Amino acid sequence: MSGGHDHGSDPRALRAEALESLLVEKGVVGTDGIDAVIRHFEQDVGPMNGARVVARAWTDPAYRERLLEDGTAAIAELGFGGPQGEHMVVVENTPRVHNVVVCTLCSCYPWPVLGLPPAWYKSPAYRSRIVREPRAVLSEMGLELAPEVEVRVWDSSAEVRYLVLPERPPESEGVDEEALAGWVGRDAMIGVARAGAPGSRDE
Amino acid sequence: MGGMDGFGRVVREPDEPIFQERWEARVFAMAALALARAPNTDAFRHAIERVAPEAYLRDGYYGRWMAALETRLVEEGLLAAGEVDARLRGEPAPGAPGRALGLGGEGSALRHLDSAPRFAIGDAVRARNHQPHGHTRLPGYARGRRGTVARVHPAWVFPDTHAHGEGEQPTYAYAVRFDARELWGAEGDPRASVIVDLFEPYLDPDPSGAPT
Repeated sequence: MSGGHDHGSDPRALRAEALESLLVEKGVVGTDGIDAVIRHFEQDVGPMNGARVVARAWTDPAYRERLLEDGTAAIAELGFGGPQGEHMVVVENTPRVHNVVVCTLCSCYPWPVLGLPPAWYKSPAYRSRIVREPRAVLSEMGLELAPEVEVRVWDSSAEVRYLVLPERPPESEGVDEEALAGWVGRDAMIGVARAGAPGSRDE
Repeated sequence: MGGMDGFGRVVREPDEPIFQERWEARVFAMAALALARAPNTDAFRHAIERVAPEAYLRDGYYGRWMAALETRLVEEGLLAAGEVDARLRGEPAPGAPGRALGLGGEGSALRHLDSAPRFAIGDAVRARNHQPHGHTRLPGYARGRRGTVARVHPAWVFPDTHAHGEGEQPTYAYAVRFDARELWGAEGDPRASVIVDLFEPYLDPDPSGAPT
Protein backbone atom coordinates (compact mmCIF):
# COMPACT_ATOMS: atom_id res chain seq x y z
CA MET A 1 0.00 0.00 0.00
CA SER A 2 1.05 3.54 -0.47
CA GLY A 3 0.45 4.45 3.19
CA GLY A 4 3.28 6.38 4.73
CA HIS A 5 4.13 8.31 1.58
CA ASP A 6 4.24 12.01 2.09
CA HIS A 7 1.51 13.38 -0.11
CA GLY A 8 0.45 16.39 1.87
CA SER A 9 -3.21 17.04 1.41
CA ASP A 10 -3.56 16.50 -2.33
CA PRO A 11 -7.06 15.02 -2.54
CA ARG A 12 -5.97 12.94 -5.54
CA ALA A 13 -3.26 11.26 -3.46
CA LEU A 14 -5.73 10.49 -0.68
CA ARG A 15 -8.26 9.16 -3.15
CA ALA A 16 -5.66 6.96 -4.85
CA GLU A 17 -4.74 5.51 -1.47
CA ALA A 18 -8.37 4.79 -0.61
CA LEU A 19 -8.94 3.19 -4.01
CA GLU A 20 -5.84 1.05 -3.66
CA SER A 21 -6.83 -0.16 -0.20
CA LEU A 22 -10.25 -1.20 -1.51
CA LEU A 23 -8.88 -2.98 -4.57
CA VAL A 24 -6.27 -4.84 -2.54
CA GLU A 25 -8.92 -5.97 -0.02
CA LYS A 26 -11.10 -7.21 -2.84
CA GLY A 27 -8.24 -9.02 -4.48
CA VAL A 28 -8.57 -7.06 -7.71
CA VAL A 29 -4.93 -5.98 -7.54
CA GLY A 30 -2.02 -6.80 -5.28
CA THR A 31 0.51 -4.42 -3.81
CA ASP A 32 3.38 -6.45 -5.26
CA GLY A 33 1.78 -6.33 -8.69
CA ILE A 34 1.47 -2.57 -8.48
CA ASP A 35 5.11 -2.26 -7.45
CA ALA A 36 6.17 -4.51 -10.34
CA VAL A 37 4.27 -2.47 -12.93
CA ILE A 38 5.80 0.76 -11.64
CA ARG A 39 9.28 -0.76 -11.66
CA HIS A 40 8.79 -1.95 -15.25
CA PHE A 41 7.87 1.51 -16.51
CA GLU A 42 10.46 3.33 -14.41
CA GLN A 43 13.36 1.02 -15.16
CA ASP A 44 12.82 -1.46 -17.99
CA VAL A 45 11.24 0.52 -20.79
CA GLY A 46 12.00 3.97 -22.06
CA PRO A 47 13.56 5.89 -24.93
CA MET A 48 16.75 3.85 -24.62
CA ASN A 49 14.85 1.05 -26.37
CA GLY A 50 13.79 3.23 -29.29
CA ALA A 51 17.31 4.66 -29.48
CA ARG A 52 18.66 1.16 -30.10
CA VAL A 53 16.19 0.72 -32.96
CA VAL A 54 17.26 4.00 -34.53
CA ALA A 55 20.98 3.29 -34.10
CA ARG A 56 20.52 -0.07 -35.81
CA ALA A 57 18.63 1.56 -38.68
CA TRP A 58 21.38 4.14 -39.11
CA THR A 59 24.10 1.51 -39.34
CA ASP A 60 22.36 -1.38 -41.11
CA PRO A 61 20.62 -0.44 -44.39
CA ALA A 62 18.82 -3.79 -44.64
CA TYR A 63 17.42 -3.31 -41.14
CA ARG A 64 16.30 0.22 -42.04
CA GLU A 65 14.39 -1.19 -45.01
CA ARG A 66 12.66 -3.77 -42.84
CA LEU A 67 11.90 -1.17 -40.19
CA LEU A 68 10.17 1.13 -42.67
CA GLU A 69 8.37 -1.80 -44.31
CA ASP A 70 7.10 -3.50 -41.13
CA GLY A 71 7.93 -1.56 -37.98
CA THR A 72 6.39 -4.04 -35.55
CA ALA A 73 8.40 -6.99 -36.87
CA ALA A 74 11.68 -5.10 -37.15
CA ILE A 75 11.34 -3.68 -33.63
CA ALA A 76 10.57 -7.18 -32.35
CA GLU A 77 13.94 -8.30 -33.77
CA LEU A 78 15.52 -6.26 -30.97
CA GLY A 79 13.20 -7.79 -28.40
CA PHE A 80 10.74 -4.92 -28.01
CA GLY A 81 6.97 -5.28 -28.22
CA GLY A 82 3.79 -5.60 -26.18
CA PRO A 83 0.95 -3.32 -25.16
CA GLN A 84 0.85 -0.03 -27.08
CA GLY A 85 3.44 -1.40 -29.48
CA GLU A 86 1.42 -4.04 -31.31
CA HIS A 87 1.08 -2.03 -34.52
CA MET A 88 4.19 0.05 -35.05
CA VAL A 89 4.76 2.28 -38.06
CA VAL A 90 8.11 4.04 -38.44
CA VAL A 91 8.24 7.27 -40.43
CA GLU A 92 11.54 8.60 -41.68
CA ASN A 93 12.72 12.19 -41.55
CA THR A 94 14.66 13.42 -44.54
CA PRO A 95 16.06 16.79 -45.63
CA ARG A 96 12.72 17.39 -47.38
CA VAL A 97 10.12 15.86 -45.04
CA HIS A 98 9.79 16.26 -41.29
CA ASN A 99 7.46 13.95 -39.35
CA VAL A 100 6.03 14.63 -35.90
CA VAL A 101 3.65 12.52 -33.81
CA VAL A 102 0.69 13.40 -31.56
CA CYS A 103 -2.47 11.88 -30.15
CA THR A 104 -5.06 14.64 -30.17
CA LEU A 105 -7.78 12.39 -28.70
CA CYS A 106 -5.93 11.13 -25.64
CA SER A 107 -2.19 10.52 -25.36
CA CYS A 108 -1.46 7.31 -27.28
CA TYR A 109 2.26 6.60 -27.28
CA PRO A 110 4.52 3.64 -28.20
CA TRP A 111 5.31 2.33 -24.71
CA PRO A 112 7.71 -0.53 -25.62
CA VAL A 113 10.11 1.79 -27.45
CA LEU A 114 9.61 5.12 -25.65
CA GLY A 115 8.16 4.23 -22.23
CA LEU A 116 5.45 6.49 -20.85
CA PRO A 117 4.88 9.90 -22.43
CA PRO A 118 6.33 13.10 -20.96
CA ALA A 119 3.97 15.68 -19.49
CA TRP A 120 4.20 18.04 -22.46
CA TYR A 121 3.08 15.28 -24.87
CA LYS A 122 -0.07 14.84 -22.76
CA SER A 123 -0.68 18.56 -22.37
CA PRO A 124 -3.69 20.29 -23.96
CA ALA A 125 -1.27 22.83 -25.47
CA TYR A 126 0.63 20.23 -27.49
CA ARG A 127 -2.42 18.15 -28.39
CA SER A 128 -4.42 21.13 -29.60
CA ARG A 129 -1.73 23.09 -31.42
CA ILE A 130 0.67 20.70 -33.15
CA VAL A 131 -1.92 19.73 -35.77
CA ARG A 132 -2.84 23.33 -36.49
CA GLU A 133 0.46 25.21 -36.35
CA PRO A 134 3.20 22.59 -36.33
CA ARG A 135 6.00 24.90 -37.45
CA ALA A 136 5.25 27.41 -34.68
CA VAL A 137 5.09 24.72 -31.98
CA LEU A 138 8.32 23.10 -33.20
CA SER A 139 10.02 26.47 -33.25
CA GLU A 140 8.91 27.19 -29.67
CA MET A 141 10.37 23.82 -28.70
CA GLY A 142 13.65 24.76 -30.28
CA LEU A 143 13.38 23.07 -33.66
CA GLU A 144 13.53 25.45 -36.61
CA LEU A 145 12.57 23.97 -39.97
CA ALA A 146 13.50 25.54 -43.26
CA PRO A 147 10.39 26.93 -44.99
CA GLU A 148 10.71 24.47 -47.87
CA VAL A 149 10.63 21.44 -45.57
CA GLU A 150 7.28 19.65 -45.69
CA VAL A 151 5.76 18.86 -42.28
CA ARG A 152 3.68 15.73 -41.71
CA VAL A 153 1.83 15.47 -38.41
CA TRP A 154 0.71 11.94 -37.52
CA ASP A 155 -2.35 11.85 -35.25
CA SER A 156 -2.41 8.38 -33.67
CA SER A 157 -6.17 8.14 -33.53
CA ALA A 158 -6.49 4.34 -33.94
CA GLU A 159 -4.23 1.36 -33.13
CA VAL A 160 -1.00 2.36 -34.88
CA ARG A 161 1.75 3.81 -32.71
CA TYR A 162 4.25 5.89 -34.65
CA LEU A 163 7.99 6.23 -34.17
CA VAL A 164 10.02 8.84 -36.00
CA LEU A 165 13.32 7.74 -37.51
CA PRO A 166 15.35 10.94 -37.17
CA GLU A 167 18.04 12.02 -39.60
CA ARG A 168 21.49 10.84 -38.62
CA PRO A 169 23.62 13.87 -37.68
CA PRO A 170 26.53 14.19 -40.14
CA GLU A 171 28.94 14.74 -37.26
CA SER A 172 28.18 11.24 -35.97
CA GLU A 173 30.13 9.78 -38.87
CA GLY A 174 32.28 6.89 -37.67
CA VAL A 175 30.47 6.46 -34.33
CA ASP A 176 29.59 2.79 -33.76
CA GLU A 177 26.05 1.48 -33.30
CA GLU A 178 26.19 1.16 -29.53
CA ALA A 179 27.48 4.68 -29.01
CA LEU A 180 25.07 6.06 -31.62
CA ALA A 181 22.12 5.11 -29.41
CA GLY A 182 23.34 7.85 -27.07
CA TRP A 183 22.74 10.37 -29.84
CA VAL A 184 19.04 9.55 -30.08
CA GLY A 185 16.79 11.31 -27.61
CA ARG A 186 13.13 10.73 -26.87
CA ASP A 187 12.09 14.01 -28.47
CA ALA A 188 13.82 13.16 -31.75
CA MET A 189 11.76 9.96 -31.94
CA ILE A 190 8.54 11.95 -31.42
CA GLY A 191 9.70 14.47 -34.00
CA VAL A 192 10.03 17.63 -31.90
CA ALA A 193 13.84 17.66 -31.87
CA ARG A 194 16.80 16.50 -33.92
CA ALA A 195 19.16 13.75 -32.94
CA GLY A 196 22.41 15.09 -31.55
CA ALA A 197 25.55 14.34 -29.60
CA PRO A 198 25.01 13.14 -26.01
CA GLY A 199 24.73 16.12 -23.70
CA SER A 200 23.65 18.46 -26.49
CA ARG A 201 19.94 17.97 -25.96
CA ASP A 202 17.64 19.79 -23.57
CA GLU A 203 15.22 16.97 -22.74
CA MET B 1 -8.75 18.68 -28.66
CA GLY B 2 -6.94 18.99 -31.98
CA GLY B 3 -7.15 22.55 -33.29
CA MET B 4 -8.55 24.14 -30.11
CA ASP B 5 -7.25 27.56 -29.12
CA GLY B 6 -6.18 29.01 -25.82
CA PHE B 7 -3.85 26.49 -24.20
CA GLY B 8 -0.71 28.57 -24.66
CA ARG B 9 2.84 27.39 -25.11
CA VAL B 10 4.08 23.84 -24.83
CA VAL B 11 6.16 23.64 -21.66
CA ARG B 12 8.90 21.04 -21.67
CA GLU B 13 10.52 20.22 -18.34
CA PRO B 14 14.10 18.95 -18.35
CA ASP B 15 14.82 15.73 -16.44
CA GLU B 16 11.17 15.08 -15.84
CA PRO B 17 10.54 11.97 -13.71
CA ILE B 18 8.39 9.19 -15.22
CA PHE B 19 5.75 9.96 -12.60
CA GLN B 20 5.66 13.39 -11.00
CA GLU B 21 3.94 12.11 -7.85
CA ARG B 22 3.83 8.67 -6.31
CA TRP B 23 0.04 8.56 -6.41
CA GLU B 24 0.26 8.91 -10.20
CA ALA B 25 2.42 5.81 -10.38
CA ARG B 26 0.01 3.86 -8.13
CA VAL B 27 -2.99 4.94 -10.25
CA PHE B 28 -1.26 4.04 -13.51
CA ALA B 29 -0.33 0.58 -12.20
CA MET B 30 -3.78 -0.07 -10.72
CA ALA B 31 -5.37 0.86 -14.03
CA ALA B 32 -2.94 -1.30 -16.02
CA LEU B 33 -3.65 -4.30 -13.78
CA ALA B 34 -7.39 -3.80 -13.53
CA LEU B 35 -7.68 -3.32 -17.29
CA ALA B 36 -5.85 -6.57 -17.83
CA ARG B 37 -8.70 -8.23 -15.91
CA ALA B 38 -11.60 -6.27 -17.41
CA PRO B 39 -10.14 -5.67 -20.80
CA ASN B 40 -11.78 -2.98 -22.83
CA THR B 41 -9.47 -0.09 -23.63
CA ASP B 42 -12.23 1.54 -25.67
CA ALA B 43 -14.57 1.59 -22.70
CA PHE B 44 -11.74 2.97 -20.56
CA ARG B 45 -11.07 5.76 -23.07
CA HIS B 46 -14.76 6.53 -23.17
CA ALA B 47 -14.76 6.71 -19.36
CA ILE B 48 -11.95 9.28 -19.59
CA GLU B 49 -14.04 11.27 -22.06
CA ARG B 50 -16.92 11.23 -19.57
CA VAL B 51 -14.84 13.00 -16.92
CA ALA B 52 -16.49 16.39 -16.34
CA PRO B 53 -14.76 19.05 -18.46
CA GLU B 54 -13.61 21.13 -15.43
CA ALA B 55 -12.12 18.05 -13.78
CA TYR B 56 -10.63 16.87 -17.09
CA LEU B 57 -8.38 19.92 -17.19
CA ARG B 58 -7.95 20.43 -13.42
CA ASP B 59 -6.98 16.92 -12.32
CA GLY B 60 -4.35 16.22 -14.98
CA TYR B 61 -3.58 13.08 -16.91
CA TYR B 62 -3.47 10.58 -14.05
CA GLY B 63 -6.34 12.32 -12.29
CA ARG B 64 -8.41 11.51 -15.38
CA TRP B 65 -7.14 7.94 -15.29
CA MET B 66 -8.21 7.58 -11.66
CA ALA B 67 -11.69 8.90 -12.37
CA ALA B 68 -12.05 6.64 -15.40
CA LEU B 69 -10.77 3.65 -13.47
CA GLU B 70 -13.37 4.19 -10.75
CA THR B 71 -16.09 4.53 -13.39
CA ARG B 72 -15.09 1.28 -15.07
CA LEU B 73 -14.75 -0.62 -11.78
CA VAL B 74 -18.25 0.46 -10.80
CA GLU B 75 -19.58 -0.53 -14.24
CA GLU B 76 -17.89 -3.93 -13.92
CA GLY B 77 -19.36 -4.46 -10.45
CA LEU B 78 -16.01 -4.46 -8.67
CA LEU B 79 -16.75 -1.27 -6.73
CA ALA B 80 -20.03 0.09 -5.48
CA ALA B 81 -20.92 3.65 -6.43
CA GLY B 82 -19.69 5.88 -3.60
CA GLU B 83 -17.48 3.20 -2.11
CA VAL B 84 -14.26 5.22 -2.43
CA ASP B 85 -15.94 8.28 -0.92
CA ALA B 86 -17.12 6.15 2.01
CA ARG B 87 -13.59 4.87 2.55
CA LEU B 88 -12.25 8.41 2.48
CA ARG B 89 -14.74 9.38 5.20
CA GLY B 90 -13.69 6.34 7.21
CA GLU B 91 -17.12 4.78 6.91
CA PRO B 92 -17.75 1.14 6.25
CA ALA B 93 -18.10 0.54 2.56
CA PRO B 94 -21.52 -0.14 1.04
CA GLY B 95 -19.66 -3.04 -0.49
CA ALA B 96 -19.61 -4.47 -3.95
CA PRO B 97 -19.15 -8.17 -4.38
CA GLY B 98 -15.67 -7.87 -5.84
CA ARG B 99 -16.55 -10.67 -8.20
CA ALA B 100 -13.67 -12.30 -9.97
CA LEU B 101 -13.43 -11.35 -13.59
CA GLY B 102 -12.27 -13.75 -16.19
CA LEU B 103 -8.59 -13.35 -16.93
CA GLY B 104 -7.41 -13.22 -20.46
CA GLY B 105 -5.75 -9.87 -21.16
CA GLU B 106 -6.96 -7.81 -24.02
CA GLY B 107 -4.06 -8.44 -26.34
CA SER B 108 -4.22 -6.98 -29.75
CA ALA B 109 -7.22 -5.30 -31.36
CA LEU B 110 -6.23 -6.97 -34.65
CA ARG B 111 -8.95 -9.06 -36.32
CA HIS B 112 -9.12 -10.95 -39.59
CA LEU B 113 -11.76 -9.99 -42.14
CA ASP B 114 -12.55 -12.07 -45.21
CA SER B 115 -13.77 -9.03 -47.10
CA ALA B 116 -11.34 -6.67 -48.84
CA PRO B 117 -10.77 -3.08 -47.69
CA ARG B 118 -13.14 -0.64 -49.36
CA PHE B 119 -10.42 1.93 -50.11
CA ALA B 120 -6.92 1.77 -51.59
CA ILE B 121 -3.86 3.99 -51.35
CA GLY B 122 -4.43 7.20 -53.30
CA ASP B 123 -8.24 7.10 -53.05
CA ALA B 124 -9.93 10.43 -52.42
CA VAL B 125 -12.17 10.24 -49.36
CA ARG B 126 -14.20 12.53 -47.17
CA ALA B 127 -14.56 12.04 -43.43
CA ARG B 128 -18.19 11.95 -42.38
CA ASN B 129 -19.66 14.76 -40.37
CA HIS B 130 -20.47 12.35 -37.61
CA GLN B 131 -21.19 13.82 -34.16
CA PRO B 132 -21.99 10.96 -31.78
CA HIS B 133 -22.69 11.50 -28.10
CA GLY B 134 -20.70 8.39 -27.25
CA HIS B 135 -17.16 7.28 -27.98
CA THR B 136 -15.53 7.78 -31.36
CA ARG B 137 -11.99 8.00 -32.69
CA LEU B 138 -12.83 10.46 -35.45
CA PRO B 139 -11.24 13.74 -34.37
CA GLY B 140 -13.57 16.72 -34.60
CA TYR B 141 -11.20 18.71 -36.79
CA ALA B 142 -11.29 16.07 -39.54
CA ARG B 143 -15.08 15.77 -39.77
CA GLY B 144 -16.41 16.68 -43.19
CA ARG B 145 -12.87 17.18 -44.57
CA ARG B 146 -11.43 15.73 -47.75
CA GLY B 147 -8.25 13.71 -47.77
CA THR B 148 -6.30 10.99 -49.51
CA VAL B 149 -5.68 7.44 -48.32
CA ALA B 150 -1.97 7.18 -47.51
CA ARG B 151 -1.88 3.73 -45.92
CA VAL B 152 -4.29 0.84 -45.59
CA HIS B 153 -4.19 -0.62 -42.08
CA PRO B 154 -5.43 -4.07 -41.10
CA ALA B 155 -8.86 -4.59 -39.53
CA TRP B 156 -9.24 -3.75 -35.86
CA VAL B 157 -11.98 -3.82 -33.26
CA PHE B 158 -14.25 -0.83 -33.89
CA PRO B 159 -14.01 1.47 -30.84
CA ASP B 160 -17.38 3.17 -31.41
CA THR B 161 -19.29 -0.04 -30.76
CA HIS B 162 -16.82 -1.85 -28.51
CA ALA B 163 -16.75 1.01 -25.98
CA HIS B 164 -20.51 0.66 -25.53
CA GLY B 165 -20.82 -3.09 -25.24
CA GLU B 166 -22.14 -3.36 -28.80
CA GLY B 167 -19.58 -5.84 -29.97
CA GLU B 168 -16.26 -5.71 -31.72
CA GLN B 169 -17.58 -5.18 -35.28
CA PRO B 170 -14.03 -5.17 -36.68
CA THR B 171 -13.35 -2.90 -39.60
CA TYR B 172 -10.42 -1.75 -41.72
CA ALA B 173 -8.75 1.52 -40.94
CA TYR B 174 -6.74 3.92 -43.08
CA ALA B 175 -4.12 6.60 -42.62
CA VAL B 176 -5.82 9.52 -44.34
CA ARG B 177 -3.76 12.53 -45.25
CA PHE B 178 -5.40 15.95 -45.05
CA ASP B 179 -3.74 19.08 -46.38
CA ALA B 180 -3.43 21.69 -43.64
CA ARG B 181 -5.42 24.17 -45.78
CA GLU B 182 -8.29 21.71 -46.10
CA LEU B 183 -8.40 21.50 -42.29
CA TRP B 184 -7.63 25.05 -41.24
CA GLY B 185 -8.54 27.19 -44.23
CA ALA B 186 -6.34 29.92 -45.65
CA GLU B 187 -4.29 30.09 -42.43
CA GLY B 188 -3.20 26.50 -42.87
CA ASP B 189 0.46 25.88 -43.60
CA PRO B 190 0.81 25.27 -47.37
CA ARG B 191 3.68 22.85 -46.67
CA ALA B 192 2.00 20.80 -43.95
CA SER B 193 -0.46 17.95 -43.73
CA VAL B 194 -2.03 15.93 -40.93
CA ILE B 195 -2.34 12.18 -41.27
CA VAL B 196 -5.20 10.74 -39.21
CA ASP B 197 -5.93 7.04 -38.69
CA LEU B 198 -9.61 6.58 -39.48
CA PHE B 199 -11.88 3.56 -39.39
CA GLU B 200 -13.75 2.67 -42.58
CA PRO B 201 -17.23 3.65 -41.29
CA TYR B 202 -15.96 7.21 -40.82
CA LEU B 203 -15.21 7.58 -44.53
CA ASP B 204 -17.09 8.11 -47.78
CA PRO B 205 -15.59 8.16 -51.27
CA ASP B 206 -15.02 11.70 -52.48
CA PRO B 207 -16.14 11.87 -56.10
CA SER B 208 -14.77 15.40 -56.45
CA GLY B 209 -11.28 13.93 -56.36
CA ALA B 210 -8.27 14.51 -54.22
CA PRO B 211 -7.70 18.00 -52.88
CA THR B 212 -4.86 19.80 -54.53
